[in-house]
Amino acid sequence: MQLVLTEDQELIAATARDFLAANSPVARFRALRDAGDPLGYSPALLREMAGLGWLGIPFDEKDGGAGLGLAELVLVVEALGRKLAPEPIAGALSMGGIALALGGSAPLKAAWLPAILEGEKVVALAHQEPGSRYDLLRIETRAEAKGQGHSLSGTKVQVLDAVGADAVIVPARTSGAVGDRDGITLFLVEKNAPGLTVERQLRVDHRNAALVRLDGVVCAPASIVGGIGEGGRLVEAVIDRATVVLAAEMLGGMSEVFDLTLEYLKTREQFGVPIGSFQALQHRAARLYMAIELARSSVMAAARSVDAGEAEAAKLVSLAKARASDAYVQAANEAVQIYGGVGMTDEYDVGFYMKRARASELTFGDAAYHRQRWARLAGY
Amino acid sequence: MSDLETFRREMRAWFEANAPKSLVGQAGSELEGTWGGRKATYPNPDLKLWLDRAAARGLTAPTWPKEYGGGGLDPAEAKVFSQLLRELKLPPPLIGFGLTMIGPTLLRFGNEEQKKLHLPRICRGEIRWCQGYSEPGAGSDLASLQTKAVREGDHFVLNGTKVWTSYADQADWIFALVRTNPTAKKQEGITFLLIDMDTPGVSVSPILLISGKSPFCETHFQDVRVPVSNVIHKIDAGWTVAKALLGHERTMIADAFGAAGPKPDKKGGRSYLAELAATKIGETNGRISDPVFRDEVAAFEMESRAFAYTVQRTKDAARAGHQPGSESSMFKVYGTELNQRRYELIVRLLGPDALGWEGPGFEEDDLESTREWLRSRGNTIEGGTSEVQLNILAKHVLGLPA
Repeated sequence: MQLVLTEDQELIAATARDFLAANSPVARFRALRDAGDPLGYSPALLREMAGLGWLGIPFDEKDGGAGLGLAELVLVVEALGRKLAPEPIAGALSMGGIALALGGSAPLKAAWLPAILEGEKVVALAHQEPGSRYDLLRIETRAEAKGQGHSLSGTKVQVLDAVGADAVIVPARTSGAVGDRDGITLFLVEKNAPGLTVERQLRVDHRNAALVRLDGVVCAPASIVGGIGEGGRLVEAVIDRATVVLAAEMLGGMSEVFDLTLEYLKTREQFGVPIGSFQALQHRAARLYMAIELARSSVMAAARSVDAGEAEAAKLVSLAKARASDAYVQAANEAVQIYGGVGMTDEYDVGFYMKRARASELTFGDAAYHRQRWARLAGY
Repeated sequence: MSDLETFRREMRAWFEANAPKSLVGQAGSELEGTWGGRKATYPNPDLKLWLDRAAARGLTAPTWPKEYGGGGLDPAEAKVFSQLLRELKLPPPLIGFGLTMIGPTLLRFGNEEQKKLHLPRICRGEIRWCQGYSEPGAGSDLASLQTKAVREGDHFVLNGTKVWTSYADQADWIFALVRTNPTAKKQEGITFLLIDMDTPGVSVSPILLISGKSPFCETHFQDVRVPVSNVIHKIDAGWTVAKALLGHERTMIADAFGAAGPKPDKKGGRSYLAELAATKIGETNGRISDPVFRDEVAAFEMESRAFAYTVQRTKDAARAGHQPGSESSMFKVYGTELNQRRYELIVRLLGPDALGWEGPGFEEDDLESTREWLRSRGNTIEGGTSEVQLNILAKHVLGLPA
């Protein structure tokens, strides 16, 4: 594993940074929030991003993708995370899109992936249920056999990018008990399906998220993603990838909020000197720098390990999410403290990062969850 | 076949012909490697044989130029050499401050005469070096050092005391910072000087640490006459040399604490810490019974892995042409703190078994862990305290104002 960017990767990262600096200042996210925009993102900008080739990065060439991997996708998503760009890439693309790529039948892929990669369609993945916390197997949504197909009933919460999505992939239990890995099946449910309601949930970080209710939604066999009863493993594989992508978004966010903090340390004066000349603050900044460097190394390693299909990949996914969670929360908390009173105001951007840090920490498992997972995977 | 593959083949043949069989598989055991020097002893005579054979081929200092006794290998070839060493679990033929500290300094700052004199003797393991930097009154504020060097014709006359001179009692030569100009700004009156420890007036006394043993000494200079030709770089310009060497020392310390720490983990199995926890605390259904300790072991393993990847990232970047700067201070801080955390955790996992000092009733391994725990407290002090490293990071990497 080489932990250094190739020239091509440097180019991807630089293009993403430049494009977002020009087209997506944090003010754009603020404006969408202030306007109460129902989607919370810009479909037009998503299509532009597709035009830059970003959406196809981790998909096979035969599916219309670029045939690259997470090692490249994380570079784009890190740049998105810096500017809090809300387009559904770390969410829907890395969840629903990847689920289709890993488990979808040929007709399903042909029907959905090209439109997804062009930014024309959005497919979400409903991995979370009330009270399930981070347990992907705690699925209570039922799929009962009905005619040739299944009838789905249940509730999904905080389904990322589901507001306005063209379809939602729903893990439901076709057999087995709550908590079993076997017996979970993934169904692709289109937005107009009778019995499906998608209701926006307003979260502290204003990310697009929805409460999804299924009341006897009928699904044909052709809508099944992966094998019947084999969705447990599939959803785990998908969320492992989405977790690396989210960790990259967090890396971008923590890097940006740290830059904002450094800028403030150098320019804000109190007692007649820049506050960054105080050793108490210098040492905290230096420790933050180290935490962010470790998070960066972990994200790079996890992306490469998943791409290479290493046996240890799942451990490194947990490493990346744990390091990113701790470091982002630390960076955001320190930012607000060092900004002082103005850091508490809505007018300043650092508060956005603090909310996003917490929201990201509590998505796909916090650091404590991933330490437990590491221990289990490491055999103790 | 690529040149590198040809080289690998040649190297493998050389190892087969020259590596003493009694040393294969011994890396990391008490045969840690040979420090060399006039006072060297060889518990296994093959260590001396290994040193001599490697030196004859320039492989004690693989990347140094051949004209000074090195192997003249490029980085890729040197990597092949170290891979083969690891593969055969051989101790390196020679270790010590000559190779890691004064040698690279001479290559960068020494004049031709100095290089020709000292480097070959280092490569052959004939001379063992120690470092004279800190003084009783100059710790973190190293530039305030007061060991006086007064010019008398072709000589300097030295008076003063150096502390924390590791292995000074075993060393043949010392490289030291001395004050040649007492009136200049403190960094500008310092000279980097090489001193033969056999010179009259040099004396050494050992320092006992809280861990009960130590390689550290105090080195005293009383009217010691040193030729002016032993100055490295220029008179009063020693701080430049010292800073370069200090950066190097920090990287070395960080490397030493690099990945899993001094106790290697079994391949594929549980880590040393996880196994220790399972043994001492017990396990239930294959899990460490105490969830708090389980969490701490995982937290340590994960941070240590993230740190190892960060060290690797810097090395990979260096190979791609981005030389590390002051950010290497991070490795010193983080690596040493991790090592302390490791031994704190080991001691708490051992419980009362960690309380042994010596004698019967205690396991050898546990006694060693206790001594290592005590020793590890020095990691964040020696080679520049963590606080000084954080200052460097804040000012030179983050650009915060003074």
